[in-house]
Order: sequence, then C-alpha cells, then structure tokens
Amino acid sequence: MLLKELNLRGLSCPIPVLQVKKGLKDNPEGLIVYVDNIAACENITRFSQTTGYNVDTKEKDKEWILKISK
Amino acid sequence: MEEVKLTSMVKTSGCAAKLPPDKLHSIIDSLPIMKSKKLIQGFETADDALVYSIDDENVCVQTVDFFPPMVDDPYIFGQVAAANALSDIYAMGGKPAVALNLMCFPSCLDLSVMKDILLGGMDKVKEAGAVIAGGHTIEDPIPKYGLCVTSFMKKNCVITNSGAKPDNYIVLTKALGAGIINTAAKVDEASESSKKDVIKSMTTLNKKSMELSLKYKVYASTDVTGFGLIGHLSEVAKASGVSISIDTKKLPILEGALELARFGFLPEGRYSNEIYIKNEVNFQSNISREVIDICYDPQTSGGLLLFMDESDAEKYVSTFNDDCCKIIGKATKKDKKLLYFF
Repeated sequence: MLLKELNLRGLSCPIPVLQVKKGLKDNPEGLIVYVDNIAACENITRFSQTTGYNVDTKEKDKEWILKISK
Repeated sequence: MEEVKLTSMVKTSGCAAKLPPDKLHSIIDSLPIMKSKKLIQGFETADDALVYSIDDENVCVQTVDFFPPMVDDPYIFGQVAAANALSDIYAMGGKPAVALNLMCFPSCLDLSVMKDILLGGMDKVKEAGAVIAGGHTIEDPIPKYGLCVTSFMKKNCVITNSGAKPDNYIVLTKALGAGIINTAAKVDEASESSKKDVIKSMTTLNKKSMELSLKYKVYASTDVTGFGLIGHLSEVAKASGVSISIDTKKLPILEGALELARFGFLPEGRYSNEIYIKNEVNFQSNISREVIDICYDPQTSGGLLLFMDESDAEKYVSTFNDDCCKIIGKATKKDKKLLYFF
C-alpha cells in the first residue's frame, strides 16, 4: 500500500512529533516522513516505536526519510 | 490587542535556547583571553559567574542570563527567568545584592505582558533579598527576559567549579526532566500535574540550597541549566581534574518526564548536548534510553550540584528534607572518561 507522505522539513521540536501523532491517527497504516534535523528524526522514531510501529530511516545530505509502518 | 501565547512566538525556550556547546566553544575558545590581576575567575573554566577582586578580602561576583519564554503566563516566565539568573550567584556560594533587567519585547504584544514579566522578576529578586536597579529594553520579535546579577562577598567564601576532590559526594537539589516537560507542555502533551511540578521547580530559588550548604564544607558547586546534568557535571570534572561516577537509580526525576521521553517529546538541546560531550561519557549498558535522555535534558532554573564530604552530604540531604534533593554519585580520581553512569 502507498503510504501518505508528510513533509516536516523546517519544523522544530516538538511540532514534528505532534504532526506525526496526528498523521498516524488519520493514517493508521503508516506514513513516509521527511525531516531536516536530527532531533525531529530521533523524536519521531521514538514516538512511532513506542506506539507500535517499525521505523526505517534513510539519511542523505542532512535530510532524513522515515518510513513508519506496522 | 489579540492575546498571543508566549511560547508560540519562540522556536526554543528557557535554557534549551542556549547556543549548542560545540558552536559556542568553537568561538569562545578561539578568542584571546583578557587578563587582569583583579579578575580572579573569568570564562576559562566555564564557571557560573565572574569573580573580580575589590580589595584583599572582598570580591564582586557577577553573572548574566536571559532566554525566551517556556511558559505562557508572563508573570511566571518573569519568575523563572529571574530564579535562573539568580541561581548562578547561589552556585558560587554568594547572596545576590543588585540586579539589572534585560528585556527583549515584541511590538505586537500588549505592554501589560511586559509589566507582568517584570513584576515576576521583581518578586523573585525581592525574595532573594536583592534589589533591581534598572535595566535595558529593546524591541525584538521574540520575547526574552533575564537579569544581570551582582553579589559582594568574602574572597575565601567563593565556591568555584574547580575544587572537587576524589571521594567528594555529589548532591543535586532539584529534580531533572524540566526540558522534556516544557517541550511537551508547548503542544499540550504534558499532564496538569507535571506542568504544575515543573513550574514549582523552575520558580524555586536556589537560596535555600545555598544557605543550607554554608553549614558545611563545599569543595565545588555549580547549577544545572542548559547543558543538562551531564554538561554541567563535565564542567566540574574538567575544571577540577577528577572523574565523576553517577548512580542513575538515585537521580531525582520530575513525574511524567520519563514517559514523555519515551514518546519523543525531547528538546533539540538534548541532542546537541549529547553531540558535544558523548565521547567523554560512559553509560553502563543496562541504562534505559529515557534515563539517558534525562541526563542530557537541558534544564531551566535547575538545582545546585554540591560536592561535599560523605557525612556532610548525608546531613545536608536529611536536613533539606525534600525528595528532589539527593546524593547522586561521587567524584573519583581522574579516569579515562570524565563521567561514568551506572
């Protein structure tokens, strides 16, 4: 299934975690998330793992793509 | 005028707004050191305040601290910012005497907000037994407030961060986790009781902590602010030429902070603190990720870290009589790493 994409570049904590929380409520199957700072990447990973999701992260040029799925 | 949430105007707040330590040190370490025979303590050892000689016996101790709001209530913000600035004087074993306001204020906010911030600051300065003598205000889109504080004391009563000795016991006088709870509170994810606890902690002066310590020999002291427990412990270890061993089971932690850390409500400063110091720190492998978060969490108006003899530390904690004040570890001979957490 194609996961919904969320562009959270340029946002600082705790906004990215909050956006992912809302995003997963609307799309419980998962999300693809784009962030541009390590704190957002780490915090989203924690939130997703704590709420029962798997997170697959790819980093390129200080940008992170997180695939959050069941 | 429309009511604006103070915390919605800022990107980072409280002591978490400090410039990351790696960036800060890349600049200040490259500056020439200005020497003066009268300047006893400058910024070389990253101490809490400067110490300037007045005569053979007396010194002036001075500090400055200001930051953007971490709470929406302007009066409480004023109290927190003032308690935080005054704390640097307490960390040197001094009593605040005179303070100056530093205020950055947005033109879009009602001026009554500025008045409430200043009243909050004033009340804490009054509680400290000091006086506000003036200040400076500039227009700025992001509100910020703090104080420059001066104390006058006997030279031999100054406590720096460089006197810790192996076998000193370490007392921490406030619970950790304020940065995490403030981060969650910004987006209404912290519980009411956590918010209440963190405000109580941040608005509490380190006055009692310092005054009680006067009964004992304190070898070194500092306060825990933006660089977190780890950052400020490492400054003492480095300045004193010791290593430090911390029992993480003894750490006083604000209720709710560990759970919020598990859900990723961590301030950016938690990560920049880790990037700067991680090579100097050893965590025993069974320590949970959330407890490590607590150790790196930037504190706003945190407690004092006091280095004392074992029996004095025990008496201090028992007299202090508050669950937030605990012996958390001890200093050891200098080892491979500055800090060991078990």
